[in-house]
Amino acid sequence: MVTGDLHRAASGDAHAGLFFGAPQDWRREFNPCIQCGMCGGACPLGPAMDYTPRRAIYMAKEGLLDPVIRSNTLWLCVSCYNCTARCPTNLKITDILFPALRDAAINAGIQLPGEFKRALDNTYRYGNSLGEGPRKRMEWTKGAGVPVPVISQLRRPVEVLWLVECYPSYHPRNQVQAQAMARILHAAGVDFAILGPEERCVGDCERLSGEKGLFESLVEYNAALLDKYEYQEIITSDPHAYNSLHRVYPTMDRRYPVKHYVEFLAERLDALRPLLRHRIDARVTYHDNCCLGRMCGMYEAPRDLLRAIPGITLTEMAFARENALCCGGGGGGMWLDTVIWQAAGDRLSDRRITHALATGAEILAVSCPFETSRFEDSLKSSGHEGKLIVRDILELLDESMRGRGGAAA
Amino acid sequence: MNISVLLNMVPDLVEELEIDASGTALDTQWMRFLLSESDEHALEQALLLKDRHGARVTVLALEPGDAEEALFSSLAKGADEAVKITGVSPGLSKRVVAMAFKEALQATPSDLILTGVYAIDDLDGHAAGLLAGMLDLPFVGVTRSVEPVNGRVVVQKEYPGGFAAEVEVGLPAVIGVLSAPQPPRYVPVARIRETRKTRTLTERPVSVAESLPGLTIRRLFKPEPAERAEMLTGTLGDVAGQIVTILADRGLVR
Repeated sequence: MVTGDLHRAASGDAHAGLFFGAPQDWRREFNPCIQCGMCGGACPLGPAMDYTPRRAIYMAKEGLLDPVIRSNTLWLCVSCYNCTARCPTNLKITDILFPALRDAAINAGIQLPGEFKRALDNTYRYGNSLGEGPRKRMEWTKGAGVPVPVISQLRRPVEVLWLVECYPSYHPRNQVQAQAMARILHAAGVDFAILGPEERCVGDCERLSGEKGLFESLVEYNAALLDKYEYQEIITSDPHAYNSLHRVYPTMDRRYPVKHYVEFLAERLDALRPLLRHRIDARVTYHDNCCLGRMCGMYEAPRDLLRAIPGITLTEMAFARENALCCGGGGGGMWLDTVIWQAAGDRLSDRRITHALATGAEILAVSCPFETSRFEDSLKSSGHEGKLIVRDILELLDESMRGRGGAAA
Repeated sequence: MNISVLLNMVPDLVEELEIDASGTALDTQWMRFLLSESDEHALEQALLLKDRHGARVTVLALEPGDAEEALFSSLAKGADEAVKITGVSPGLSKRVVAMAFKEALQATPSDLILTGVYAIDDLDGHAAGLLAGMLDLPFVGVTRSVEPVNGRVVVQKEYPGGFAAEVEVGLPAVIGVLSAPQPPRYVPVARIRETRKTRTLTERPVSVAESLPGLTIRRLFKPEPAERAEMLTGTLGDVAGQIVTILADRGLVR
């Protein structure tokens, strides 16, 4: 049972205080903690933590911050929001406690996990955690097969500004999804453009990683960029970017009309349905990602899109919707796999694929760029390769539009 | 102890390097620069010495190559002073770089001079060794730790094949750092931003004669892909026969 009212309307007031301040400020936020232990019990990595969130809160309030920031606790949070969703006093454990602990560790000069540090360095230097050059941000468009206009070159207002975000721009597995998205928008006649080489990370994982200054610098940059162009709405391929633009940017007086692609496309389902001409005869199970699901309550839009594809039979995992298990990639988790695996003995994506396999589905559908490679890696490393295909909803829509031969493999 | 750390900015390989119209230099229009990796370790080594034993750390960098970011980051990490060396042109030989550092160091008395042992753009030698020669100071390169002992330093130096040596060096000395005992520390972006607002860089002009004996680049080119290898199979006699045939076909033997 989820007790926290997480997915209220996207107003800054509803989510005020999502960004942590100095230790004496954020610790006061946790005064109402009743030490019930729901957070540690709900946390899928709680058993591997030196201090569960409950203990960390108690110790921080008692001024015993140092042992906490030197423990493994702060590196085992993947921002799945399970603790936040179940906290009976609505404490912002994910949005404030863990980023504040990480901020304290960073400022205390504690040696950061190598991949985590490299990702932050890369984001500061290049605007993306993958460490790729800004000039390469558009290389994925070469394989799209349709025009992908850049707003600075169009020199006119557009209906939709698409924030492709970092992984779909650079990661070879996710570039396929970006290409599918471009074809879908083109086929649906959407007047869209991307930012191209000017685009930088929205910064959700950097915020949750506790790199406050980095997040603030990204907000400043992105706000200046987004204010420069004219568009009716923003869509993004990344639930983390959506989470930040929808919930956190407004608390910093930056308000943008943003939608994740599942919401945007589900609203246009009547126009899309005639384009879905090819059957995909398969049992499909959908993985609710944490940002769209627990954080924003968006459960129906992705399922509506899947049901619209002829031939697909939707089947649910035992743990679905607000009870879905995280893939383990959020909040910096993409850069903490080694630390988490060493502490817990596995990754959350390894556990999640067992839920999907148990349904007997042939396809595991996702709507977050982190998930395709994470679940595919887990299938390979657990000996289940070939038993389940991982596809982003975009890839399935694209395949239904173009047929199997036409869709990207 | 006064420690000077010499920082070198090198081309960032994150973007494709391109050669300019002259055919002898890199096209700098799109090129970005970043702090040379082993210099990052030299800075970390200096800051560790400061943390553990107390020291005044001065970082120095030549102006060309976006050095300001590296200098402010160094201040944010804990360096006491940052010197931007002006009056030098980009694309210098390492001999000229060493001369510029030598001149700039005249105003910064140093017990210990730390710098990276190599940089990816080294052409005519390494700045660390060249500088030690110009200053007539002892030099140890390829180091992985530096510790002060009784007014001298004990340096762990790496050799190929997994061998290492412990070398005691009198001061002042130049040390070419390969790696610090721990990875370079992370500096929060907020601290870098604050440092940019509250600290200033010391500008130090130098005048280095670029007519020093050096090299002339005649042609700069990207690696040219070799033709696909042909694997010869069969008995030793067969292979030898094939080799003779190939060499004869190419006119290399008669």
